[in-house]
Amino acid sequence: MKQFLFFVQKEFYHLLRDPRTMIILFGMPLTQILIFGFALTNEVKNTRIAILDNSKDPVTAEIIQQLEASRYFDVVKNIKSNNELEPAFQQGIIKLAIVFPQRFQYSLLHENEASVQMIADATDPNVANTLSNYATAIILDYQNNMKGQVEFPYTINTEVRMLYNPQLKGSYNFVPGVMAMVLMLVCAMMTSISIVREKEMGTMEIILVSPIVPIHVIIAKMVPYFLLSSVNIGSILLLSVFVLDVPIQGNLVLLVSECLLFTVTVLGLGLLISSVTDSQQIAMLISLMGLFLPTIMLSGFMFPIENMPVPLQIVSNIVPAKWFYFIVKTVMIKGLGFKYVWKETLILIGMTIFFLVVSIKKFKIRLE
Amino acid sequence: MMADTAISVKQLTKRFGAFTAVNEITFDVKRGEIFGFLGANGAGKTTAIRMLCGLSFPTSGEATVAGYDLFRDAEKIKKSIGYMSQKFSLYEDLTIRENIRFYGGIYGLSDKEIKSKTDSMVQQLHLQEQVDKLVKSLPLGWKQKLSFSVAMLHQPKIVFLDEPTGGVDPITRREFWTMIYEAAGTGTTVFVTTHYMDEAEYCDRVSIMVDGKIDALDTPMELKRKFNAPSMEEVFVQLARKAKRGE
Repeated sequence: MKQFLFFVQKEFYHLLRDPRTMIILFGMPLTQILIFGFALTNEVKNTRIAILDNSKDPVTAEIIQQLEASRYFDVVKNIKSNNELEPAFQQGIIKLAIVFPQRFQYSLLHENEASVQMIADATDPNVANTLSNYATAIILDYQNNMKGQVEFPYTINTEVRMLYNPQLKGSYNFVPGVMAMVLMLVCAMMTSISIVREKEMGTMEIILVSPIVPIHVIIAKMVPYFLLSSVNIGSILLLSVFVLDVPIQGNLVLLVSECLLFTVTVLGLGLLISSVTDSQQIAMLISLMGLFLPTIMLSGFMFPIENMPVPLQIVSNIVPAKWFYFIVKTVMIKGLGFKYVWKETLILIGMTIFFLVVSIKKFKIRLE
Repeated sequence: MMADTAISVKQLTKRFGAFTAVNEITFDVKRGEIFGFLGANGAGKTTAIRMLCGLSFPTSGEATVAGYDLFRDAEKIKKSIGYMSQKFSLYEDLTIRENIRFYGGIYGLSDKEIKSKTDSMVQQLHLQEQVDKLVKSLPLGWKQKLSFSVAMLHQPKIVFLDEPTGGVDPITRREFWTMIYEAAGTGTTVFVTTHYMDEAEYCDRVSIMVDGKIDALDTPMELKRKFNAPSMEEVFVQLARKAKRGE
């Protein structure tokens, strides 16, 4: 046991004295969260829109007020007529125009139906879609509130609700993804490199000649990265709650335990990589190509798995990050309990055991 | 096996596929002896030394190291031997003190032992000024001497040195051999491979490997007489010339 502690201490020296490692370990989660949170977002904020109010009644005034209050929109005031819309779109001044027809309130109250026209700049169809959805949501919201005050005998209620993420925030989606990515890089890549480095340097030979038990070597290599990953999990969660306003809906203990489970899964992968290669470069390449890319592409974090061709959907099942991503989304964003993720958890546990057993068996006690 | 035999090897063989790296070598090393293990590049020295250290599993043959069977008691052998490999094997990003502490630690030395060993080693190597500096700042010669001392840290019965003086200047090599003699003087068996023939003269007995086989084994004096050669270098060249294997 004491031998083991000496080994762990040595691993910490390696970690703490290598500035590059430290930058990757602590800088990466921070930059990833900030980049995804503020730069690489598909959310639309402060988009300039025009509102043409041909009715000018209390109802339109109230809806306009709500549109103006939304942080998604920035209403351009000086557009007053239909003729001004076209040039404004062409010059890129506005991305969306909302046109209220005449007698809007009258239609709504007397005919139980009123329509609003939305014109969006669809050169970027995704943005156009998002914008019109936002605006529709705000208008429907107004309608729902109004229903409480006035009795409408025959209101047709079109109910669109954005479940779990009412503000359609992108951060809800990428926090679990970034977590998977960071753990993948920190644990798998760094662990495999640290073992392969000892092989390259020749120190592994001396260690294998010594009486230390090989399994202790493996665990001692894992411990520091496990601890650092815990720190990273903590910092990612704190950043997402306090900087990105993504709340943790579910049980924190469950969420953290799932994260730690995934950490061990990935450590196992790192060990597996280190057992098949003798060079740091190759270990790094395998980690990047074999782990990092599938994590981004096939976990459902960037591209929805349901939209992929069937063969890719099948392949995605062997990507551990897919299951982790699902678990974190379910627990953290939807706030559901263990009984909704036990199957995925079991799959992760199975994968972990598989990786660990194979890599411990393959860990060469004797150099050949 | 006799009590004063440190290593006993009988027909030890290592094959990699169709290639026989070590071909039925047989020899005994006495306790406290400095045993020179010579051979051209690719003759199979490193493979042989690795088998004796438990790093490589022999294909066939028999061997006992420090009184333990190589096949059955590999774990016990590990406690009784020290090993210094061709590659420099201390951690460059650790200080001298931390390296000693780590290697002492994995051999199960107590904190007290580690501390006293560190003090005596630092004193012996005149490293008082450097003890808390990173190993990468040391010159190669010092690193090699330090590696040897670290391999001797747990007072092994046998120490295996695989080309310990490669790339080291003559003065440091001389100092290194003084350390080897001191170790042998305390009863440690030294098993050393080298390319320097002047070093072969320092050994009690020398074996010369050619193409995976031991072609000669005797004291340097006796070898020179047998081959009618003025120096070990001449003996070596006569034998190595027969080699068919390239590098």
